[in-house]
Amino acid sequence: MISINEVLETNAMISKMNLDVRTITMGISLLDCVGNDVDETCKRIYEKITTYAKDLVKTGNDISQKYGIPIVNKRISITPVSLVGGSVCKTSADFVKIAKTLDEAAKTVGVNFIGGYSALVSKGMTKADELLIRSIPEALATTGKVCSSVNVGSTKTGINMDAVKLIGEMILETAELTKDMDSLGCCKFVVFCNAPDDNPFMAGAFHGVTEADCVINVGVSGPGVVKKALEEVRGKDFEVLCETIKKTAFKVTRVGQLVAKEASARLNVPFGIVDLSLAPTPAVGDSVGEILEEIGLEYAGAPGTTAALALLNDQVKKGGVMASSYVGGLSGAFIPVSEDQRMIDAVSAGALTLEKLEAMTCVCSVGLDMIAIPGDTKASTISGIIADEMALGMINQKTTAVRLIPVIGKGVGEMAEFGGLLGYAPIMPVNNFGCDKFINRGGRIPAPIHSFKN
Amino acid sequence: MKKRIVTVVGKDRVGIIAKVCVYLANNDINILDIAQTIVGGYFNMMMVVDIEKSSKSTDLVASELGQIGEEIGVQIKVQHEKIFEMMHRI
Repeated sequence: MISINEVLETNAMISKMNLDVRTITMGISLLDCVGNDVDETCKRIYEKITTYAKDLVKTGNDISQKYGIPIVNKRISITPVSLVGGSVCKTSADFVKIAKTLDEAAKTVGVNFIGGYSALVSKGMTKADELLIRSIPEALATTGKVCSSVNVGSTKTGINMDAVKLIGEMILETAELTKDMDSLGCCKFVVFCNAPDDNPFMAGAFHGVTEADCVINVGVSGPGVVKKALEEVRGKDFEVLCETIKKTAFKVTRVGQLVAKEASARLNVPFGIVDLSLAPTPAVGDSVGEILEEIGLEYAGAPGTTAALALLNDQVKKGGVMASSYVGGLSGAFIPVSEDQRMIDAVSAGALTLEKLEAMTCVCSVGLDMIAIPGDTKASTISGIIADEMALGMINQKTTAVRLIPVIGKGVGEMAEFGGLLGYAPIMPVNNFGCDKFINRGGRIPAPIHSFKN
Repeated sequence: MKKRIVTVVGKDRVGIIAKVCVYLANNDINILDIAQTIVGGYFNMMMVVDIEKSSKSTDLVASELGQIGEEIGVQIKVQHEKIFEMMHRI
């Protein structure tokens, strides 16, 4: 029999420590939606999404009610659109039509984001891939719910530097087209190295081509729960610290497993994976920065931060892996700046710089995330930052990502406001020494030696 | 058997258990177990109940109990037991 203390502990996690299921994401393959022309393809895409996901939001709400656990977001990921539209889209405008269809479908079923306006170009770009990448600025500026991502590198293939160069330009163009909203469009775009096929978190979610027709993936969260647990072991040694994180991650992930299995059964869609990430929000007490402080740092960014984050990320995985039958996605600690109040504070205090964040991404689950930079940053500089981050992913055989927001019309020290879960961010200085000659070389960086395992 | 966990959390006062029990009895909900504790002046109660014979759905019971909670100044939740089992049992 369950004891009162266990019941009270669970409910305190929910009511006082922001424990929630961050997202139920339905992955839908659109490969069978290709028609004779763009309009027919759009029609089929709309029909498939609105049929498969029609009960997604209601099911999420019902499960939330049954267990008394908030399920914050209900989302959809789809097959990378460059593959779906490859044969029918002859121009970038054709791809934008698909983006608008996705936006409509998302509104109809009531999800808050749909991800997969994507291209996988880690080794080279097809004509369709390039058209899609060139359409990203307009697609993001003219839709509200569509998220876009491009995978430009992997440990197996190296880095496609032509794509890296092009994306630097596209990020600036997206920023320009959405400058009235502090360049919000860039919050919906992420560039990856080693992108996972089953990530439920936005903006980088897409439904990989290795996946089944439809699948349910769940992302859990819970930085507040880990922070609270660590308050109880202040001053204790690393063994105690690590055990505490592990046990807490286990409990948090179990809730994700429960919700994923139930959603899968109710929707009659196979269960894919649980992504056991510590995903912060701007709410006080829901912060990864705060955990780093509780581990013993004055601010995130102080010496010791990379080591603290490394152990946090590792213990979260160790605890979480046993709690779920299938773990996947990004799984680890997220360190988005604008979505984490204590990270924002650390930047404002001067403790956290772009270079330190880059070091931190070597040991956490993703990369340079939700970082506002000056709007007058050059495209080649943005490409250079992306190339550095992709190199970390390629060499370390991990997923890395970049989501930078050059805020047009604003400079270092000013604030960019994105609203809601996306939060706000102080604009960080960028190293402006040139890298044009490097970026303009063209071609690709070969795969690293340790990728040749056959 | 359809087991649910009812929890009551709030400032202690006379008649909290009575109010909740009257509602449960009137709606054919059987109490299987009760535990309570007071931490820092706050009343914490957990009941394991069986709602199989009740004509009302869990959602309705949850919202009606929630309303009773508001009237007497405590928070009342009704949850499926599985979330606690999942989290605390391997």
